[in-house]
Amino acid sequence: MKHFSNRYIFTFSAIMVIAVATLLSLAATLLQPAQERNLEIEKKKNMLESINITATRENTETLYEKYIKEGFVINAKGELVEGVDAFTVVLKNEQKKPIDEQYLPVFKAVPDDGKDVIIIPVEGKGLWGPIFGYVSLESDMNTIYGVNFDHKGETPGLGAEINTSEFESQFHGKKFFDSDKFISVQVMKGGAPEGDIHGVDAISGGTITSKGLQKMLFDCIEKYNTYLLKNRI
Amino acid sequence: MSNQEKEPILSAKNLKLLTEPLGRNNPITVQVLGICSALAVTVKLKPAIVMALSVTIVTAVSNLVIAALRKSIPDRIRIIVQLVVIATMVILVDQFLKAFVFDVSKQLSVFVGLIITNCILMGRLEAFAMANKPWPSFIDGLGNGFGYGMILIVVSFFRELLGSGTIYGYPVLEKLGIFRTGYENNGMVILPPMALIFVGLIIWFQRSRDKSLIEKH
Repeated sequence: MKHFSNRYIFTFSAIMVIAVATLLSLAATLLQPAQERNLEIEKKKNMLESINITATRENTETLYEKYIKEGFVINAKGELVEGVDAFTVVLKNEQKKPIDEQYLPVFKAVPDDGKDVIIIPVEGKGLWGPIFGYVSLESDMNTIYGVNFDHKGETPGLGAEINTSEFESQFHGKKFFDSDKFISVQVMKGGAPEGDIHGVDAISGGTITSKGLQKMLFDCIEKYNTYLLKNRI
Repeated sequence: MSNQEKEPILSAKNLKLLTEPLGRNNPITVQVLGICSALAVTVKLKPAIVMALSVTIVTAVSNLVIAALRKSIPDRIRIIVQLVVIATMVILVDQFLKAFVFDVSKQLSVFVGLIITNCILMGRLEAFAMANKPWPSFIDGLGNGFGYGMILIVVSFFRELLGSGTIYGYPVLEKLGIFRTGYENNGMVILPPMALIFVGLIIWFQRSRDKSLIEKH
């Protein structure tokens, strides 16, 4: 075995570290615009899916222009906040603020059936990391028109099933309020009773993700209560 | 160098490097490496295939890099150097996927990170690439990646079929009308411990066919 001096070892490690650091930061900087663009398209695509429109990567932009009419930001009192772009609000950062200072984004959309729906972004915790999505409500501000959920790293086949259409389609027609009382939608282990307007079936093997999703819906939609009750038809 | 005979690119020796890990020297069933990720990603066929491909690429390329550098890597810090090479490869792959094939990157999600922790990678670098030329090392990486992927695909095929009643997301059992006879999906199969049992069955099957694999004590 060849013997290497300490000096050689130090030089070798220093060169290795510098080379790797340069390579990685170059890759990160050069690829960042493309990555950010992908994330933006992904966000728009998810929003469209929450109003039951399936978009591909190519036509997302056009469909977004066509169906999503406007976005604005409100506060917990239901008042409009001026001068903030709803699309760029990062929910994760907002959730760290005190409730009175949080920006709550709302998007208005008109799908093909001509209904006026609003889209509310939601974000919470799953088992391994964040879960997030969009919930669209009909103009009664109570009935769910559609949902889209996604996750950062839930287990495939188990928690990751929250982004399958089988799971998401259960939410269609469920209600958040019982007259004026906020109930949210429960994700029930063992299955929701038939005709339950506040419950959907949980995912077997994905209990913690299911519970996280239930908590996410409750926490995020509750903040909009004042706005929803004020604007219901 | 000049007095050595030039080896053909796919000599019998190199070919053996490619085929041995598929059978007699399989990284999962014989060397029992990479079991953790084999449990995690085999619920469905699709992530298993994606994982198999990524591990194959990363093992082959890091084997190649380490083998090329093997004479200048100081012995005392070789493990750190190996880790740096693997981690750099994985991060680069992840960045490229995010920028150019976003859908695949979403599909992979946590597995990209899991590749770094895969024992097969370190095992091959330490056992093979540190002592062999770049080209055979590359082949060895490919072979071990395929051997790993093969088991992953077999296990996930059965887990998806029995656990979810689908193959590659296609609801075969429903289309065949099996559910009408009272058959139900076995929820236990999608839980991680069942992957261990499937791997165990494969090991049992392989050793019953090839007695030379059975330990002598």
